[in-house]
Amino acid sequence: MKKLGLIVNPIAGMGGRVALKGTDGREVVARARRMGAVPESPRRAIEALERLVGLRGQVEVVTYPQEMGEEEARRCGFEPQVIGSIRPGETTAEDTRRAAREMLALGVDLVLFAGGDGTARDIYDAVGEEVTVLGIPAGVKIHSAVYARNPRLAGDLAALYLQGKATVREAEVMDIDEEAFREGRVTARLYGYLRIPYQRRYVQGLKAGSSPGEESALQAIALAIIDGMEDDFLYVVGPGTSTRPIMQMLGLEYTLLGVDVVHKKQLVGKDLAEGQLLELLEGRRAKLIITPIGGQGYLFGRGNQQLSPRVIREVGKENIIVIATREKINSLRGQPFLVDTGDAEVDRMLSGYVRVLTGYDDWIMYRVTG
Amino acid sequence: MAHPYIPNSAPRVKAEMLREIGVRDVEELYADIPESLRFRGKMNLPEPLSSEYELRRHVEGILAKNKTCQEYLNFLGGGCWQHYVPAVCDEINRRAEFLTAYGGEPYEDHGRFQALFEYASMMGELVDMDVVNVPTYDWAQAASTSLRMATRITGRKQVLLARTVGPDRLSVIRNYCRPDIEVVLIDYHLETGQMNLDDLKDKLSAQTAAVYFENPSYLGFIEPQGEEIAALAHEEGALCVVGVDPTSLGVLAPPSAYGADIICGELQPLGIHMQYGGGLAGFIATRDEERFVAEYPSRLFGIAPTVVEGEYGFGDVFFERTSFAQRERGKEFVGTATALWGITAGVYLALLGPDGMRELGQGILQRSQYARRRLSEIRGLRAPVFRGAHFKEFVVDFTAAGRTVAEVNRALLDRGIFGGKDLSAEFPELGECALYCVTEVHTKADIDRLAEALEDCVR
Amino acid sequence: MSTKLRRFHQARWDEPIIYELSTEGERGLLVSQVEEEIEKAVGDGLSEIPESMRRERPPNLPELSQAQVLRHYLRLSQETLGADLNVDIGQGTCTMKYSPKINEQLATSPKVAELHPLQDEGTVQGILEILYKMDLFLREISGLDQFSFQPGGGAQALLAIASIIRAYHRDRGEAHRDEIITTVFSHPSDAAAAAVAGFKVITLYPDEDGYPDIEALKEAVSERTAGLMITNPEDTGIFNPRIAEFTRIVHEAGGLCSYDQANANGILGITRAKEAGFDLCFFNLHKTFSSPHGCGGPSTGALGVTKELAKYLPVPLVEFDGGKYRLNYDRPHSIGKVRSFYGVVPVVLRSYAWVMSLGAEGLREVAEIAVLNNNYLLKKVLEIPGASAPYAPGKHRVEQVRYSFEGLAEETGVGTEDVQRRMFDFGVHYWTSHHPWVVPEPFTLEPTESYSKAELDEYIAILRQVVKEAYTDPEKVKNAPYNSVVHKIDHAALDDPSQWAVTWRAYLKKVKGR
Repeated sequence: MKKLGLIVNPIAGMGGRVALKGTDGREVVARARRMGAVPESPRRAIEALERLVGLRGQVEVVTYPQEMGEEEARRCGFEPQVIGSIRPGETTAEDTRRAAREMLALGVDLVLFAGGDGTARDIYDAVGEEVTVLGIPAGVKIHSAVYARNPRLAGDLAALYLQGKATVREAEVMDIDEEAFREGRVTARLYGYLRIPYQRRYVQGLKAGSSPGEESALQAIALAIIDGMEDDFLYVVGPGTSTRPIMQMLGLEYTLLGVDVVHKKQLVGKDLAEGQLLELLEGRRAKLIITPIGGQGYLFGRGNQQLSPRVIREVGKENIIVIATREKINSLRGQPFLVDTGDAEVDRMLSGYVRVLTGYDDWIMYRVTG
Repeated sequence: MAHPYIPNSAPRVKAEMLREIGVRDVEELYADIPESLRFRGKMNLPEPLSSEYELRRHVEGILAKNKTCQEYLNFLGGGCWQHYVPAVCDEINRRAEFLTAYGGEPYEDHGRFQALFEYASMMGELVDMDVVNVPTYDWAQAASTSLRMATRITGRKQVLLARTVGPDRLSVIRNYCRPDIEVVLIDYHLETGQMNLDDLKDKLSAQTAAVYFENPSYLGFIEPQGEEIAALAHEEGALCVVGVDPTSLGVLAPPSAYGADIICGELQPLGIHMQYGGGLAGFIATRDEERFVAEYPSRLFGIAPTVVEGEYGFGDVFFERTSFAQRERGKEFVGTATALWGITAGVYLALLGPDGMRELGQGILQRSQYARRRLSEIRGLRAPVFRGAHFKEFVVDFTAAGRTVAEVNRALLDRGIFGGKDLSAEFPELGECALYCVTEVHTKADIDRLAEALEDCVR
Repeated sequence: MSTKLRRFHQARWDEPIIYELSTEGERGLLVSQVEEEIEKAVGDGLSEIPESMRRERPPNLPELSQAQVLRHYLRLSQETLGADLNVDIGQGTCTMKYSPKINEQLATSPKVAELHPLQDEGTVQGILEILYKMDLFLREISGLDQFSFQPGGGAQALLAIASIIRAYHRDRGEAHRDEIITTVFSHPSDAAAAAVAGFKVITLYPDEDGYPDIEALKEAVSERTAGLMITNPEDTGIFNPRIAEFTRIVHEAGGLCSYDQANANGILGITRAKEAGFDLCFFNLHKTFSSPHGCGGPSTGALGVTKELAKYLPVPLVEFDGGKYRLNYDRPHSIGKVRSFYGVVPVVLRSYAWVMSLGAEGLREVAEIAVLNNNYLLKKVLEIPGASAPYAPGKHRVEQVRYSFEGLAEETGVGTEDVQRRMFDFGVHYWTSHHPWVVPEPFTLEPTESYSKAELDEYIAILRQVVKEAYTDPEKVKNAPYNSVVHKIDHAALDDPSQWAVTWRAYLKKVKGR
């Protein structure tokens, strides 16, 4: 029998209704409660679980006590195995981490969790990529790509995965400084990757013989980049799983969450900060390889702050190579790429259209707005 | 008057639908097309033949100007061949269900999937390979795609082709390989037509993706050096690709037996009418290895279980085919090609069975040998030009008779005979030569009639 | 008046694989026997063949008597849903229209079927006349100047087009032009054919209004632009009203413009390639021009070009000197051949007969009714809960619409693929879209001119029923079909190299362990 781990962060989403932008930190939670906030996540977790009722009897639910999942599971008619202990009304991030670790130890097939970016970060800290997880969006901030678009779709995808009808992919966990966010500044960084289910489409391709998979497209993109490398350019490789195959194919060490620099197919800088990048770029010609981060299409300003306005100016717009698979583009649902470098002039410079490399010698034109 | 093919042109229905949409006339539905792009003239087309009877009279009147291979005695081959088409083949491919189906799923179109799976299964037995595609346009396309597959599999960009490949097919291959793939021709021995292995050795290198030859060849002879050619190709890390006429495979060894990695060829002889060349369909077959399967651009139908125990379902094998050759710009796209002929070829193979295919091949060999013998007895004719074994076609040389092929064919035409294909422009080194084709449709009397007519023509 | 839903069940013969029907010694057909005199003269025929080239073991083909072969295939035909049998509006982009039976009879007559392609020209004047006149018809319909029928389908026509574009630039000393521009809602083979012909491909996405993004085009063109290869109306059924501007921009950049008119069903006699500024185009005769689809061919992509490009068309072309039709091979600038001989001639014949039965007014009526039917359907589909038509809201569409069931999927968990399988239980097709999906949970309907209002209403009633079930009993839809030929298929084996089986022998080895 398949095992489903269920973790509800009961306070996620409380800040939103009272415009507090997140509930990281006890004080904020208390403030939110005082302002009359009610928990969002239980309702959303139930919405997702309702899509799984068809699997009752085929799936064993493992969860934490009371508001961390037990109540939600019972509401949907599951008889969950309840583990761990909490202090009701005073759950903490550590409870989430502990729950995830214990579920991993119990060998669950999937951890379904309700929360926001902070919750995803806690899950990541606890189990990394050791188990497949999926987020039910319930937090105020959902910048991480580990969440389904809504709770019901989370339930559907979880059901497919538990029935063996979905594969897995890596998705971004974003980390936004809530304090700064509340003050109107966004300082997002790419925190890491979690493994989430991915629905394979089994429909037949009317007349097409086959369709290249996403993995295949990433390989082709990497080859195209490498084949096009010129000796008198530095190649600044931005973070993300899309750029990773370039480094892997070159046989170089890489920083998944950071910025590396390649010259003549050799690594000349690893996980560089803005200052180090500027130093290296001084008087040199360079190309910058980036991919939109997360599910929201940010090219700059989310998860790659090292690539600052100064770095961008130094490289020049014409030397920015944007790469992405068609699947990633389509997941933006027509929304343009976003840039938020913190420098309005640079944002303006980047706005308009950009060529995006989507395969070997395969490009799309895509809109960018500031 | 409402047209019989357009039900909603009936005025009342049309008005009702316009009302439902909320527009006054159809013009409003074209509002997005700017006036400057609107065609306001009248297309200069003939007045329609509104009754079906008039249409039939008109078209049959035009077609009556044709003289067919039923009316004339035909010895033309060269890429499209006259064979007997069993009645059941026509019965099946004219079934409305097959004739008018298209791209349904393996549920409501289960029969289409199964028929094509069975076609692939039977072709697989004929060529002794485990993977066969849903058919492509013709042999020329099958060869072109096979060669491109070979370049992807090997990561190399040059293909070597026997110089005896038919010019028509070669032209298709050249265009399809342009600009990325270099096509190099390998010389042949004038006495046998067979590949010059020294030239092959000279040209084979670490750049070679594949060596391609045909068996039987375009010029009719059988290439017996398959094993050596394949071995030489393999030594250099290249693949051996062989084109084949499936009607020969009841008696001839399948190319897989002498080392072919990819086999391609033409399905038209398997129960499909010539249709002025419209009956062609190409097949590709390989071993069941992932590196081969991954490079097929074609659809491959496979068996899959359903939720009901013991029920056969079907579907596309390896749909997200991850090519091992990422540099290949895009994957070849397969669109609508010749699925109906694939189904038909399957019906043909099921009708003939193993004995029928052997008898077919043997009967063709005997008739063709008889024809060669009869023709070679005629003064001034040399038949066959090439020493060695042939299948259904062979080259006849008229040079010594002092006649051009064109002259001979004109004279034959006057006697109700389509003479062999004129090769004098395609293979000038052979002189005044023609390619004759003899199949199971020819009786002894037919062949004797040809021989007598030729004797008459060159006298 | 409510439309009655059929209590449909498709033929389910549970038909074995043909090998399972085989009995040793049975014969389906006897091959014509060689006369004794021949046998006497040449012997068994086999001795000439070198030993190494003889087949050792007979091919393992099934052995069945004739009626048994016939019955097997008739059953398989019944397990296939041809356009003649259903309201075939669910296979959008494919133009599943009525293929008149008279044209079948004409196309299969011995006067076509028994022609060898290398016969003397004097003996094929009838068929050459058909090819020549159909070329003249398409010149009128497109406004372009000459057509070739050699390509055996749309993808092959596109390859020929890409080859012509390449030859054109090469002849002008501009071989460096190596980029083809297309749009995401053009047929994917536009991009694929260009890539096979060696071009880099740049794809434009729609602008905010759902039209191809003209600003993106302006950014995309350069001195490397070889051409534009696009569909219009696009797969969404949206007509690009700035198309003349598109072709102007590409021409000014030095490129050629190719119009993918595989499906021209909504615009016959309404708007043409010429007026929109195109240099090349092709029509799929098995779509707009009524030739049946044959489970996926044979087919024809009729390829047309302007005078300037005519010299590049594949060899040979049919010419007429006022007395006699002939095949002209003397075309030194030609790209060569894309298919053997002259193309799929019976498909051209059917199309010829179809045009002859309609004339200019009739073709226009075809287009207008196809558009009327489509917009009627659009109105009805949008009344169904959970369905939407993304892009260009409120606008009319041309001949088809790419809809979305995203709303339905979110509200019920029933996706478009579930709906698809359930539709089969009512005896109709339903197609989603090409991969990867741009429109979420897509489905594409194209009603053509061939279906009556009552039939369109029937299709809508089925769609409504399935959606109703999605809201009330989603599991029922997810586990469909029930009344189709087979039940829900488990696709996992098809992606597993150790289990997939493209032939029966592979199946026996890998799955049955024999």
